[in-house]
Amino acid sequence: MSTKRVGKILKISGPVIEADGMLGSSMYEVCKVGEEGLIGEIIKIKGDVCTIQVYEETDGIRPNEKVIGTGAGLSAELAPGLIGQIYDGIQRPLPLILEKTQDDFIRRGVIAIPLEYDKKWPFVPTIEKGAKVTAGDIIGTVQEGPVVNHKVMIPPKVSGTITSIVKADDYTVLDPIVTVKSNGTELEIPMLQKWPVRFGRPIKERLEPTIPLITGQRVFDTFFPIAKGGTSAIPGGFGTGKTVSQHQLAKWSDAEIVVYIGCGERGNEMTNVLEDFPKLIDPNTGEPLMNRTILIANTSNMPVAAREASVYTGMTLAEYYRDMGYNVALMADSTSRWAEAMREISGRLEEMPGEAGYPAYLASKIAQFYERAGRVSTLSTAERQGSITIIGAVSPPGGDFSEPVTQNTLRITKVFWALSKDLAARRHFPAIDYLNSYTLYTNELAPWFAENVNPRFQAYRSEAMVLLQKDKELEDIVQLVGPEALPESEKIILESARMIKEDFLQQNAFNEVDSFSSLEKQWLMLKIIIDFYHKMGELYNLGVKLPEMMNLPIIDKITRMKYIPNDNVGKELGAILAEIEALQVDAITNRIGGRMMTDLTDK
Amino acid sequence: MTETPKINPETLAKRIFKTAIEVTGPLLFVDLKGKAGVSYGEIAKIKLPDGEIRSGQILEVSRDIAVVQLFEGTSGMDVEKTTIQFLGETMKLPVSSDLLGRIFDGRGEPLDKQPPIVAVDEWPINGSPINPYARQYPREFIQTGISSIDGLFTLIRGQKLPIFSANGLPHNEVAAQIARQAAVLGAQAEFAVVFAAMGITAEEAQYFRKEFEKSGALDRVVLFLNLADDPAIERILTPRLALTAAEYLAYECDMHLLVILTDMTNYAESLREIGAAREEVPGRRGFPGYLYSDLASIYERAGRIKGRKGTITQMPILSMPNDDITHPVPDLSGYITEGQIILDRGLHRRGIYPPINVGPSLSRLQKEGIGKGLTRRDHKELADQLYYANARGNDLRNLVAVVGEESLTEEDHRFLKFADDFEQKFLKQGRDENRNIFESLDIGWELLKIFPNPKRELKRISEETINFFHLERRDPKINYNSRDV
Repeated sequence: MSTKRVGKILKISGPVIEADGMLGSSMYEVCKVGEEGLIGEIIKIKGDVCTIQVYEETDGIRPNEKVIGTGAGLSAELAPGLIGQIYDGIQRPLPLILEKTQDDFIRRGVIAIPLEYDKKWPFVPTIEKGAKVTAGDIIGTVQEGPVVNHKVMIPPKVSGTITSIVKADDYTVLDPIVTVKSNGTELEIPMLQKWPVRFGRPIKERLEPTIPLITGQRVFDTFFPIAKGGTSAIPGGFGTGKTVSQHQLAKWSDAEIVVYIGCGERGNEMTNVLEDFPKLIDPNTGEPLMNRTILIANTSNMPVAAREASVYTGMTLAEYYRDMGYNVALMADSTSRWAEAMREISGRLEEMPGEAGYPAYLASKIAQFYERAGRVSTLSTAERQGSITIIGAVSPPGGDFSEPVTQNTLRITKVFWALSKDLAARRHFPAIDYLNSYTLYTNELAPWFAENVNPRFQAYRSEAMVLLQKDKELEDIVQLVGPEALPESEKIILESARMIKEDFLQQNAFNEVDSFSSLEKQWLMLKIIIDFYHKMGELYNLGVKLPEMMNLPIIDKITRMKYIPNDNVGKELGAILAEIEALQVDAITNRIGGRMMTDLTDK
Repeated sequence: MTETPKINPETLAKRIFKTAIEVTGPLLFVDLKGKAGVSYGEIAKIKLPDGEIRSGQILEVSRDIAVVQLFEGTSGMDVEKTTIQFLGETMKLPVSSDLLGRIFDGRGEPLDKQPPIVAVDEWPINGSPINPYARQYPREFIQTGISSIDGLFTLIRGQKLPIFSANGLPHNEVAAQIARQAAVLGAQAEFAVVFAAMGITAEEAQYFRKEFEKSGALDRVVLFLNLADDPAIERILTPRLALTAAEYLAYECDMHLLVILTDMTNYAESLREIGAAREEVPGRRGFPGYLYSDLASIYERAGRIKGRKGTITQMPILSMPNDDITHPVPDLSGYITEGQIILDRGLHRRGIYPPINVGPSLSRLQKEGIGKGLTRRDHKELADQLYYANARGNDLRNLVAVVGEESLTEEDHRFLKFADDFEQKFLKQGRDENRNIFESLDIGWELLKIFPNPKRELKRISEETINFFHLERRDPKINYNSRDV
């Protein structure tokens, strides 16, 4: 890099400053601003004047204070030690800031490095001297906490022959562990890599998304599944449960690594995650969820420029673990705050605004971000696959989905989980609008569900969707003529749709059992409701009236089936299915009989 | 803490300018004549041609020009004789425990004809963000004595829970009643109240003062009053001063604070005025694009911190212009605060006080703050059931309006009756009526007696809870007025 440039501040306007004497600086180069060395990033260059967005408060800064260019773009530090951390938007670890300053508040000018440079990690080499390596090749592993086996890789753009490698022992992330000789020069490589956050890490090729991300949430997995490597948007007005949905996905998704970006949201919500995740157990590993999670917290009152950077920081960490061959889920809550940060900076630059004051490049920025998702074949000699699934919350003003952030997001994401104010007001949670939401992965994922859950899964799912659609039409009629005017056969549809809504779609995030539903449980629950719907039709044809059916003890069992623990579902839900199967009309009394006769009397 | 160093009187003298070049709206542009050393966010004293002194703050500064926002407006200013002195420091509030019992104007100057407080320290009024890692999740139930709030949208110590209201609705009464009655179950510690008025009428301010006086709490209250006829731009400072006072009392004096901010819509309108004067690109309805961040910098100053005794609970009041909840101020507030209590004109017309619209009201922190040991074991399930039954009753009401009562089933009739009783007995209560949480919960159970087959009809409550808490099944030997039962 060239020598450090030192410029002087020309003008200060909130988080945006201008400095002159900066000739030779490059776009997105990181600068230290003012006597306190506040961190900023160059976002506009005109002659020797640079415009810099500053990641900290600028109160008290004066014109003519110095600005020093660092010669490098905003980069993430990548090495063992990321898992379980909580960072701000520019990868400063919040616990370390607290420890260093002994202050519960974040004052500006705090310098905190992302990783502990003096901590030693147990490195185990997996490659030998003389081997030929290219970028992305695994040279060794480090056990990073109880869950994650951290793969140490040759950084991008490097290839050659290994001329030396350390033996298995404890090393810091800065200790050189291999020497690679390429084109006559020897390069010492430590575990630590740096990567500029605004650029995607390279991959070999993109693969088709054919495996679902299992979330344990019935409305997502059964009705609107997302693929590993897919993208989804959850838009919703306030109080519709965006954050609870995001937390549920972060908790129960079967991704190996979760990156959770709290972008411009509430401080207490991050605290909630910090308190909950170390206690909650991941059903896939049996270990606390925190052992696979990285948090990025740039709450709404933290500096706005760092909020803009936070989604890129989180994405870069996700890509690093994807490159190791892991399935990563990235939650961004909320991308609207990120877009607003862009708008605020753009306004300070006095750029010509596009729709609703957002900058004209809003759509391309959103598209670029979501395009960093995907299932890929990673950069390396041996074949290795990893994925990043993005789940972005969107907070449309007034709950109006026609606003630019929602619309531009929907143009690019393939799954749309719409949150409905109406459902939320009915306390139907998760308040996913089952009629308006969609997934474009149905066909790609169908073979997987047929093979791993049940060949008839798709058929049952479609039938349930049809019932919900019919229910909507019938509800409109009921609003006009009252429920009594409907024929019995349509009342059966209403009752069945009610079961789908109340007993299947509604899922209690705060109930220990109901919070996570295994796929087996989801399938059996769906089958129970649909089979019962068919049975009601049969019974009706034999002359049984609906009120009598609704008084069957099986109804109570269906109502409470969501509270059956995942371990017992095969047996207990199987018993309910058998009971439905056995329902029949007694030819003599013309009443419902079957082998469960004894249960008919209410306890 | 980073503070601009105090400047000695000599340099201060050099920081006097007579070079105003433009006055527009609340803004004054000053030519710095190449003299460096004026900083962003610095405060200034401005002497008008007639000798009046006003204060302002730098909004933007370059080597040549400083843009100063005048808190008391620019009327009477000229570009010839006006003198500007930059004070070399950002806005600060002198703090000490003597703040309690005092009344200040919207800029923090004493209004009560008493001398300025003897400051222990001076705190910058913008505060600093709490490190999320240092926060403690709020879990302590605050009993407000209002059944609907305690039962359904529980207020938690450290929460920010706004009241969304509109013209002609009794939000002041509700807020005053909460301030008067707020108590923590089983704790003696009383709340201190910081009250910030932004653009409300003198009459309303008087009402609050009287209410605090009535309960003998005036020595536990700090008031910052910017009234309707006070300078509008000053309102930008008022909530920040109030929260700085609250932070001092909470974090240095170990007190529990309830901060009432009213009316946030007026605050946002002042912000809009400045934005317009600076010719910024406006967002929705002319409000600046950074309204969300700005509101967040106020609301996020509520909370609890690990290892500190004091807490800050915020109750902002905001009026929805034309009852429109999608207006930017209620809308953005709803995205930041931890729930909302929404007042409803229909209920108010029917004479229900407090007229809280149960449907869209919500407390996000409720789930962790109620239950065994906090309120009572049945609280969550009961609240869900009441909520559900009321919603269903209301739906039926709409249906009846169209198709008449004949087509309803017997069960439907019970839900209809429930919704009426719910309004009259659970929602409605006296302006001085202070119900404890057990009374409130038991009114709920009383209402549920209308359902003859609880196990079947009360689906949101588990059988076990019904057997233990249903009024017809209670064990006379057990004291149900206990959070540990």
